[in-house]
Amino acid sequence: MTDPIRPMPRPRALELLEAWNGEAVDARAVPVHPVGRFRAIVLEALRGGGRLAALFGRPEDGRILLTAVLADDPEGKLGLLATQVDGAYPSLSAEAPAAQGFERELAEQYGVRPEGHPWLKPLRFEPPHRSVRDAFGRADPAATIPGEYPFFAVEGEEVHEVAVGPVHAGIIEPGHFRFQCHGEHVFHLEIVLGYQHRGVEHLLASGPDRRSMTLAESIAGDTSIGHGLAYATAVEALAGRASPARALALRGVALELERLANHVGDLGALAGDVGYLPTASYCGALRAEFLNATAEICGNRFGRGLLVPGGVRFDLHPEAARALAARVRKAWERARGAAGLFFDSPSVRARLEGTGTVTRETAAALGLVGPAARACGVDRDVRRDHASGIYRFVHVPVVNAETGDVFARSWIRLLEGERSAAFAADQLENLPEGGVREAIGALAPRSLVVSLVEGWRGEIAHVAVTDAQGRLARYKVKDPSFHNWFGLAMALRNGQISDFPLCNKSFNLSYAGHDL
Amino acid sequence: MIDLLKFRLGYGRQTVAFPDGPPKFPERFRGRPAVDAARCPPGCAACVEVCPTDAILDPGVPSMRLDLGRCTFCGLCAEACPPGALRFTDDHRLAARRREELAVQGDAPVLAAALDAETRRLFGRSLKLRQVSAAGCNGCEAELNASGNIQFDVGRFGIQFVASPRHADGIVVTGPVSENMRLALQKTYEAVPAPRLVIAVGACAISGGVFRESPVVCGGTDAALAGIPVDLYVPGCPPHPITFVDGLLRVLGRIR
Repeated sequence: MTDPIRPMPRPRALELLEAWNGEAVDARAVPVHPVGRFRAIVLEALRGGGRLAALFGRPEDGRILLTAVLADDPEGKLGLLATQVDGAYPSLSAEAPAAQGFERELAEQYGVRPEGHPWLKPLRFEPPHRSVRDAFGRADPAATIPGEYPFFAVEGEEVHEVAVGPVHAGIIEPGHFRFQCHGEHVFHLEIVLGYQHRGVEHLLASGPDRRSMTLAESIAGDTSIGHGLAYATAVEALAGRASPARALALRGVALELERLANHVGDLGALAGDVGYLPTASYCGALRAEFLNATAEICGNRFGRGLLVPGGVRFDLHPEAARALAARVRKAWERARGAAGLFFDSPSVRARLEGTGTVTRETAAALGLVGPAARACGVDRDVRRDHASGIYRFVHVPVVNAETGDVFARSWIRLLEGERSAAFAADQLENLPEGGVREAIGALAPRSLVVSLVEGWRGEIAHVAVTDAQGRLARYKVKDPSFHNWFGLAMALRNGQISDFPLCNKSFNLSYAGHDL
Repeated sequence: MIDLLKFRLGYGRQTVAFPDGPPKFPERFRGRPAVDAARCPPGCAACVEVCPTDAILDPGVPSMRLDLGRCTFCGLCAEACPPGALRFTDDHRLAARRREELAVQGDAPVLAAALDAETRRLFGRSLKLRQVSAAGCNGCEAELNASGNIQFDVGRFGIQFVASPRHADGIVVTGPVSENMRLALQKTYEAVPAPRLVIAVGACAISGGVFRESPVVCGGTDAALAGIPVDLYVPGCPPHPITFVDGLLRVLGRIR
């Protein structure tokens, strides 16, 4: 296994187009290779420590143009390259597991079959985007719903199957979990998603229009700022405009408040799952402190309505900003105390440690992102590696853990919260002068931009491509959960079925963000 | 243990004063909109041009209404309307029993009517609900979860979310109901013993919200559960937990 954090080998010039996060490039300048060469370049980059930030198809001249976005994290650069595919092509996933979801998506959307894919199953059960033979051999793909496919099955006299979902016991988004067990022992967990598919990318393409910003905020409701920011930044880049400095700072504050609300809420939920009720109660209410801080800025607890391409819609008076900073510091002090009770309890530590372990090698191979990756020692964070907006000027220290278990995924939330609270409060106390919003004009035609944001679950990647008229022709969305769901499946392998709720909570992934 | 008790003592009471006292909202909170067509400049449709969900009906004429069933409370219409024909108040009371009550005019509160006496007798002091997220983005789901935490604490009114439809007196639907969730939603409804309530929470579950033009969603609870009446609509994107609690307490006759 290669070291996941080495700089990736620099392919020869013309093999890929280099770009920064949030830099619009000429879509026609992306080199198009024969499929064999494309594969070789992508696989070499991934073997060398590069990361597959996105891989997506779009129709061009009756075939499918498959574009790869490679991320070179230590260098802070992105590499773009493409190939034309149709019918079938040799899969990347057999050698690069991080491509598995992307290639299933490609097969589902455009009927292009990645030959040799180790897990070629529908991803979201969305209707095909063009009428060609179904890559999975289904008679009526538009009429199939999630779960209508052959599950991976383990056979044996005492092997049994446990099926959970799509409707869950709590207030949780829908998904289906199928466990292959021997007693309590889990051999394998298969996760079937797609129930949440709403056609987000379809609705965003042909924009921007009056729905677009609200749509971006609704990709994953707990990540309204994360996805909204990725969208707003992409559109600004295509229009050749940047937001004013004060807006960038307020956006950073909102992104960190979103991280704080979710991390604190997760610590409470983890405490609830292990039956440690004091922290469960306190963190449930403390989460609201951060949601309410966001509502002080923009009127909505989830930050909806705050962002707009060109800046933010709400400014803060200096006194209000100072008061909010004090409130954030105080709320974090309490959250730190509530989390401290949890982590100082030996019975809690015993329950968390060694449960649901994902190795560093597995995390790197699957392309895990965010706290789930950093908990395994895979040191990646868009705020540092591909800094944009306020993070280009003010750095948030990145936190890593080593053990890759539920404990690491919990502990890292506390450590990240510490830094986010300090960052948000500092920014509120030192907001740059000036306006918060500028008008942006038309989008450049035939351009492409990759917009990365470190949401609270990890890297959010949006790729926008415009047509000859400057309208969005393809809008690709990748939520951090896209990679991380497979991490959850691996965390359960050879674990206990009773560990599932705790493992699931320690990842706390988005169904809507995955299903789009 | 001592640390735990010390922390507890310093923490105080967290539960909100509502419904005995007035609820508190941030200054910029956007509650029920007020609509006054008399202020519309002739021929102006600026609000319609910015609304992400076509929530403004009959703009510029006396019958102008704002459909709370579609509204995401983004406030863009009010921002585009200097004369103030559309503005957002801080009134949290938004829930209604009938779909048409959600198309608001003027500046009058929306108050959900109480259920009939027999239903109130059955559910008034104990209402168990099954939540079905049907392509909800986790915004509404998060606020429903919050309604059960120590701040909003719906449990104190005998209202609880339960783990099986067999234990439930009704379902709470969120999301525009994707085609991929239609069957699961129908089956969950059928698994709840009658008499049962159907509650649609959020713009998506009421009208499809910002997804209503998508070919892969049903466009809300009414469309997905054809022929089955919805007993309570709770608007918002997402609704504030207090809006949800207020709606429930009104239909149960616990507040008037």
